[in-house]
Amino acid sequence: MSLILIAEQILNGLQSGIMLFLMAAGLTLIFGVMGLINLAHGSLYMVGAFCAAAVAAATGSFALGLVAALAGAAAAGALIELVVIRRLYDRDHLDQVLATFALILVFSEGTRWVFGSFPLYLDVPAALSGPVTLPGGIEYPLYRLTLILAGLAVAAGLFWLIARTRIGIQIRAGENDREMIAALGVDIDRLYTFIFALGAALAGLAGALVGAIQSVQVGMGEPVLILAFVTIVIGGIGSIKGALVGALLVGLTETLGSVFLPEVFKLFMAPAAATQTGASLSSMAIYILMAGVLLWRPTGLFGARA
Amino acid sequence: MTRETLFNLAVLAGLIALPLYAHLAEEPFTITLATRAVILSLAAVGLNIALGIGGLVSLGHAVFFGIGGYAMGILAFHAQNYMPLMEAPFLIEGTKSMPMIWLVAVIASALAALVIGLLSLRTSGVYFIMITLAFGQMFYYFAISWSAYGGEDGMSIYVRNDFPGLNTLVPIQFYGLCLAALVLALGFNGALARSRFGLALNAARQVPERVRAVGLDPFRLRLVAFTISGAITGLAGALFADLNRFVSPTMFSWQLSGEFIVFIIIGGTARLFGPVVGACLFVVLEHYIGGWSDYWHIWFGLLLLVIVLFGRGGVIGLIAGKARAHG
Repeated sequence: MSLILIAEQILNGLQSGIMLFLMAAGLTLIFGVMGLINLAHGSLYMVGAFCAAAVAAATGSFALGLVAALAGAAAAGALIELVVIRRLYDRDHLDQVLATFALILVFSEGTRWVFGSFPLYLDVPAALSGPVTLPGGIEYPLYRLTLILAGLAVAAGLFWLIARTRIGIQIRAGENDREMIAALGVDIDRLYTFIFALGAALAGLAGALVGAIQSVQVGMGEPVLILAFVTIVIGGIGSIKGALVGALLVGLTETLGSVFLPEVFKLFMAPAAATQTGASLSSMAIYILMAGVLLWRPTGLFGARA
Repeated sequence: MTRETLFNLAVLAGLIALPLYAHLAEEPFTITLATRAVILSLAAVGLNIALGIGGLVSLGHAVFFGIGGYAMGILAFHAQNYMPLMEAPFLIEGTKSMPMIWLVAVIASALAALVIGLLSLRTSGVYFIMITLAFGQMFYYFAISWSAYGGEDGMSIYVRNDFPGLNTLVPIQFYGLCLAALVLALGFNGALARSRFGLALNAARQVPERVRAVGLDPFRLRLVAFTISGAITGLAGALFADLNRFVSPTMFSWQLSGEFIVFIIIGGTARLFGPVVGACLFVVLEHYIGGWSDYWHIWFGLLLLVIVLFGRGGVIGLIAGKARAHG
């Protein structure tokens, strides 16, 4: 096991973690400000990926595909916020779970209706394909490296938006006291629609970016949704910083676990049994991580709510 | 007798009469459909103890369904291949006997519910929903990676397991067993809701502070309810696996957990027969809309949205009127 392999796996972990952050950030914002648990967030990820794949296939431009992903997911997000989600803010979590579960059914089957059951493929743009050599002689796919950098840039932009802009102040105020900011003359309905569309756009962007290295298919959103839930439970619901830390933890644990746990078990077990045990354990590793964090801090690493 | 009791009796009569008619008319497929509805009802009745009385929105109850299924699958797999389950320190053999399988399924799923409950009941609200969902996914991936028992492909059992005195291969006899299990579980659920434990649990959902003030521990009440709930859903899982003679990781899928909650809501929350009505309606809709349109989930999703947004109280609420006030 060489150092180069370890470095590559760490980069892979970072890459999946930062994409997970794009999902988790929207979820945690929506919960933090509106108090809503949104199961349909994975559907918005899927919508983004399908928009990107369809537009990129029609125009041949990956960049236009990304624009379509952002616009399509944001539009879908705004639409469901106006039609359905808006009626759920005052309801209990059970109703929110059910209504957004129903939205998943509608989105998944609707997408299957329009695009069929076969996966679509989104190609990595030519300028970003192929490997680059990093310092230390590590060969790494340029596209994945771009994903890490793009994700970090979006994360920085999001932190700036929340910490430094007028809309960010309104978002933070909305988390603390929604009646008060409504009384101060902020149009709370528009703010909510904006936040929901922002979260949807982030999810759609993640779907499009990841869609180029995996296949674009119906049902691609739900595994990511559940990972994003694990992420924000670890990070603390409502905290963007927690979402970032949690996403990187989950991404690294999952990637490194699946590569190294079988190797670790081979040190003291027969190879076949070690591979089996290691594979089983690595598929559970992030949930064990979550259980551990919860035992230590029931509201997550950065969670304030009781 | 209230309208709700009358309605419940009518549902029960239907569950007895329809399959009997199908048996006489020699339509075994209808009986299979009814068996599926009754088993899914049983699973949702299990969940309803945690959700309806205790207010615990568990989005991971497929875990217990799956554990029940795998308990049946593993025991029957070893029995049909004449391979002992373990030899040292003492011999354990597989079995094809339903009562034995049910016992193992109930104990295994109760233990799992106890452990998951101990961890997840430390939290509440959204955290609880997400954590139960995450545990469900953990079991799902574990089942996929467990290649000794079929991994992603699952495993088939060639012949349905035996029940003393019955021929379980005859659809109506197996249906009778499942219906008996459902009726027992409903009776248990009804008695539990009226018992001191049920009242305390109900109170812990509404005002945990007061329950604590009279010296009861809401955490413990919820943990016991969650464990019982998991055990009943586990039994349903064992029956479901026997119905299909097949177990696979999809029994752990989170969509199934979601559907269990959907059954309860369609039928009507906090109603004894809510899960039964919901599950039966789901199976009927799945069969008929599914035969008419390939994309039946769209219509089902839209129907569900309408029920959640506008129709509080579910089907029973619609037919039997509002729930009677306590007292």
